[in-house]
Amino acid sequence: MALFDKLLGRTTMTRPTRIEIDCSTGVESIIELTDAEIAQMEADAQAAEARKAEEDAVRQAEADAKASAQAKLATLGLTPDEIAALTK
Amino acid sequence: MANTMTLISSVTVGADGASSIDFTSIPSTYTDLLLKVSVRSNNASVLDTLGINFNGSSANYTMRNLLNEGGTPASYTQTAYASQNATGYQSGATATASTFGNTELYFPNYAGSNNKSVSVDSVSENNASAGWLWLGADLWSQTAAINRITLLCAGGTNSFVQYSTAYLYGIKNS
Repeated sequence: MALFDKLLGRTTMTRPTRIEIDCSTGVESIIELTDAEIAQMEADAQAAEARKAEEDAVRQAEADAKASAQAKLATLGLTPDEIAALTK
Repeated sequence: MANTMTLISSVTVGADGASSIDFTSIPSTYTDLLLKVSVRSNNASVLDTLGINFNGSSANYTMRNLLNEGGTPASYTQTAYASQNATGYQSGATATASTFGNTELYFPNYAGSNNKSVSVDSVSENNASAGWLWLGADLWSQTAAINRITLLCAGGTNSFVQYSTAYLYGIKNS
């Protein structure tokens, strides 16, 4: 069908596919995703984005706390080497 | 102690890519399962997350992992990640060409009647100074035997690229 579309100058939207392997027969199939599966994939992508934002926020908070602690140690008179030895 | 290992099925992704790799009708005749995955996605980043779900179920997934993200240690607990578990890294589109992330997943007692746990050992290859490591413990709080394993690109609406592979082995103690 894609070849006919090309010959006729038609553009077609290709749907995402999944590979299914039936372990009882060894048969491998390439199957276009249904609308529901595409919707689920998009919902999963949004969830992944939210999760990543959460993880980034945690990581940033930890980095900020570390920098703040190092600054306080410096004001107490510790050298950079001493601070590095403490925070290893 | 498991002492035999049999290849059940394997797949290599073709030129068109694939949004998921789906092992169906997995026989229940083994003690454990082992899944070896070498994948790269078209995600516009140096790395992507590998996702997994079982029996087509979209609920009851949790996990805990320890990471090294390019030199920075981290750990995360996931309790509500919708329809799948995040289960390792894979290389993304901007990683060094032709590098693939490698993940090994072990499923003990996958056909039993308890909740299903998975051990995860994963790296995202990049052939560069920074690397990403992932050790994880996944849980699917369902008592059904696992008869289907679906691998996904968890980081978005991405696809596994050509030459990505997955090998599913059955482990027996006899």
